[in-house]
Amino acid sequence: MDETHFLNKYRLSRWCKSSVIHIFLMTVTITCLFPLFWMVRTSLMTRETVFLDKSIIPAEVHFENYWIAWTEGNFGVYFLNSILYTVSVVVGIVLISSLAAFAFSRLKFPGKNFFFYMFVAAMMIPLPGSFVPLVVLMQKLQLIDKPIGYILCMINVGLSLSILLLKTFFDKMPPDLEDAARIDGCSKLGIWRHVALPLARPAIAVIVIFNSLSVWNEYILAMLILNSKSLMPLQRGLMEFQGPHSVDHHLLMAGLTIAAAPIVIIYLAMQKHIIKGLSSGAIVG
Amino acid sequence: MKKILIFGFTLFAAIISGFGCAPAAPKTDRVVIWHWMTDRDKAFQELATQYEKETGIKVILELYAPSDVYSQKIIAAAQAKILPDIFGILDKKSVVADFINGGFVADLTTDFKANGAEWESSLFPKALSVNRFDENNPYKVTPGIYGVPIDVMNIQMLYNKNLLKKAGIAKPPATIEEWIEASAALKRVGISGFVSGWGELWMADAFASNYAFNIMGEDKVMATFRGEVPYTDPSWIKVFGVFADLQSKGVFATGIVTKTNKDAEQDFALERAAFAFNGSWCVNVYNEMNSKLEYGVMLPPVANKDRPMKIWGGAGSSFFVNNVSPNKVKAIAFLKWLTAKEQQTYLAEKTQNLPVNKLALATIPPILADFSLSMESTTHPTIWPLNEDALVIEAFDKGLQSIIIGEKTPEQVGADVQKVKLRQTEKQKKKK
Amino acid sequence: MSTTTVKANPFVNFKDYAGNFLFIFPAVTLFTIFYIIPFFQIFQLSLYDWNGISQTKTFIGLDNFKELMVDTAWWRSMWNAGYITLIALTFQNALAFALALACDREIRLKGFYRVVFFLPPVLSEIVVGFIWRWILNADVQANQHIGLLNYFLDAVGLNSLVHNWLSDPDTAMTCVAVVHSWKGFGWGFIMLLAGLQTIDRQLYEAAQVDGASSWSTFWNVTIPMMLPVITVVIVLTILGAMQSFALIISMMGQGLGDHTSVPVTRILSAMNGTKQFGYACAQGVTFGIILVFISFTLKKFSDRMKQA
Repeated sequence: MDETHFLNKYRLSRWCKSSVIHIFLMTVTITCLFPLFWMVRTSLMTRETVFLDKSIIPAEVHFENYWIAWTEGNFGVYFLNSILYTVSVVVGIVLISSLAAFAFSRLKFPGKNFFFYMFVAAMMIPLPGSFVPLVVLMQKLQLIDKPIGYILCMINVGLSLSILLLKTFFDKMPPDLEDAARIDGCSKLGIWRHVALPLARPAIAVIVIFNSLSVWNEYILAMLILNSKSLMPLQRGLMEFQGPHSVDHHLLMAGLTIAAAPIVIIYLAMQKHIIKGLSSGAIVG
Repeated sequence: MKKILIFGFTLFAAIISGFGCAPAAPKTDRVVIWHWMTDRDKAFQELATQYEKETGIKVILELYAPSDVYSQKIIAAAQAKILPDIFGILDKKSVVADFINGGFVADLTTDFKANGAEWESSLFPKALSVNRFDENNPYKVTPGIYGVPIDVMNIQMLYNKNLLKKAGIAKPPATIEEWIEASAALKRVGISGFVSGWGELWMADAFASNYAFNIMGEDKVMATFRGEVPYTDPSWIKVFGVFADLQSKGVFATGIVTKTNKDAEQDFALERAAFAFNGSWCVNVYNEMNSKLEYGVMLPPVANKDRPMKIWGGAGSSFFVNNVSPNKVKAIAFLKWLTAKEQQTYLAEKTQNLPVNKLALATIPPILADFSLSMESTTHPTIWPLNEDALVIEAFDKGLQSIIIGEKTPEQVGADVQKVKLRQTEKQKKKK
Repeated sequence: MSTTTVKANPFVNFKDYAGNFLFIFPAVTLFTIFYIIPFFQIFQLSLYDWNGISQTKTFIGLDNFKELMVDTAWWRSMWNAGYITLIALTFQNALAFALALACDREIRLKGFYRVVFFLPPVLSEIVVGFIWRWILNADVQANQHIGLLNYFLDAVGLNSLVHNWLSDPDTAMTCVAVVHSWKGFGWGFIMLLAGLQTIDRQLYEAAQVDGASSWSTFWNVTIPMMLPVITVVIVLTILGAMQSFALIISMMGQGLGDHTSVPVTRILSAMNGTKQFGYACAQGVTFGIILVFISFTLKKFSDRMKQA
């Protein structure tokens, strides 16, 4: 009788603990989901009802808002541009920063520490207001109004953090693996490609997410460096709904939902890698 | 491994080719315009297509919004020497002067005065004054007209006819005392009094400026700018006192000090407030948000019965011509066409903005017509003989906010602003 | 298999140094072009009096910096940024850590939570500012609260808590800080979760066998193993919070003046509002130096902790 009593008490306390945790998680979940829900809800209303109707679920649903947002906002072109920029920038950052981080972590050369701290310091010294010198400089380099100009600029924006994260990761890499590869006749580049990169998969996943998000939501540099409408990214399309004096909220929300979707997809794809990469136990011992 | 090298090479080749491309020779069969007016973009595009049909000259419009991003782009483009043929300067007259003195803006006086001032006389003089620099202007700019206004606007108060009726108010208030009474009546039926986008400091500044002119007159205000009258003068305390008074008597809506103009427009359009302070562009906005809104236009209730109330008004938006553009002549021709009667009528219809061409006034909706009636009472910082220092204005506006949130008294704000004024005057003296 | 002998220290001669340098060459090139050059220009411009437009600039040496030292609005904005950072470090990171711990176990819906908690960072600042402004709205129309929070408080009978959230100087900054934390905790969450998942389960089992309580396990096993990740999260939180500004503009416009300004809004206001470009550059340089100083101190501190 005593034993079952004890077992029940134990189970009860565990159940309580687990419920509390779930309640906690659920509360936070609601606060996270509510804005998204509200965004979608608003996107399905009309201009008049957006403010007058305060109910949670709108009476009439206007899915055509998404079509209107897409066409009125010229989303087709902007969407493709954003994809081009995001993919190019992310690929560029992953390659360039992993090469650099590998060198900072594993290779010797003069001035190594100097350059590394330079990158780290750049993260801390933001340059708000550097727009004007930047545009003048890019004009001199003939990079204004060209996709490559914007891409290179955005690669630079994400370099510091990516290099820092990857170097920290590479530092943790055990030298045995590297030595084994070297004995096998691998060149430095080979070690980078075959040993370091696969191990750093979780860190790379974080970098991909972070930089995708920053490029996808970026707006100001695109407006300043690019002139032609045909080169503009998605955020520019959203501006079509925000006049200087009035905002088409329903279309704006539809546009924002469309804009948010790809990033969520990228996150869904990448977040598995973080956990998988870590738990595959590549780090032996 | 090879793939990496190949990628690396291609990337660098791309970079090199980015460098190597010679700058495209500027095309001379077209006019490029950079503008910020999202709601008028379609109308402009229509006109551009029409212009090309009529004259064969292509007009390319690029839109950059919102306006603060536009300003940054213009400044960056000016420095990088890549300004388009036609652009706007969304800033104070001193900044326009800087652009002119920097050689970026073309002098259009000769074009305006051609053929017996044909172009000049077809437009409202108040709109032109905004872009005109007179003899002895404080900015050391060669006198002349430098910009082309494409519409006219003024900023007044609006009142909701239905809400006033509901509170039993017979006619819109004409004095501050009447306004306070009306607000009390509105409160009794649970209606919020007055909204305006005072989260955007310049609107509060405009309101204060109107009352400054009403209480002490333009001359004294100019004397203050020159440093001859301190901000602790009783007249200025009275101006600050207007805000304190209205705040304490509950005339302002809650949160007015953080409202953006868009929010305030929303509030008024959705009948959440009985009074608003906004510019004539609001007609279009209110119409879109609530086409059934019944409202009227009024001047702000006077604080001083002996002087007239002045409101801000003049050119709404203006375009400037790039001085070093090879298409200068074509650009000016296009702007002249844009301000002609037919195009102005079209724009007024499509975008509900007051036309700048005198002859186009015939076909505007009645509420806009009401706005235009008060053009005689307008004034604007751009046509004053001088302007206050930017930092003093900043302190002034912040002081207004402190009064509204009940943090400081009018006397304290007056003292604060005067302190900044003295400091800035010292700095100016040192520079000379 | 090649027949080269494996040298003890194979990569020492100059050719190898040059080869190694090539690894960082692309990064350094881009960095120099897009960061170093503008940086030096800004540094240079901070010594001038310039409005950003005219062709003439006047050299005034360190006058901008001298003026900055006594600029109460600037230091107030630094204080505000510090306040946001403080809330972020405590509230945001505590929340992120708690959530990560909760999700570390094998519980149902783990994948679902991982996605949901990352939604706030995905949303752009426009949306976040807009939505929260609606929630915190304090307007009353026909005796009905318009803002969701006040409406809710009133409905459950907590009318005394109804407040002028965004217009009251006392509460405005806290609201901004809370929203900033709400938007940011997702980052800390995934980083901490990833870190937690690397801890060897055997350590936990060993502690359990030793009869350690959950609290002592947490303190003696989890925290030490997580120290590097925690440090990175703290540094990134500080840098992010000190530099935040888009959210404030989106939530409050130019709002309550000094009460809700942060360093970046001051810089933008000097650049675009009062057209003091040189002064804005001086502000930027000073801000950068302060941030470097903070990070440097943190690094020293964390190094000392590692040794302890």
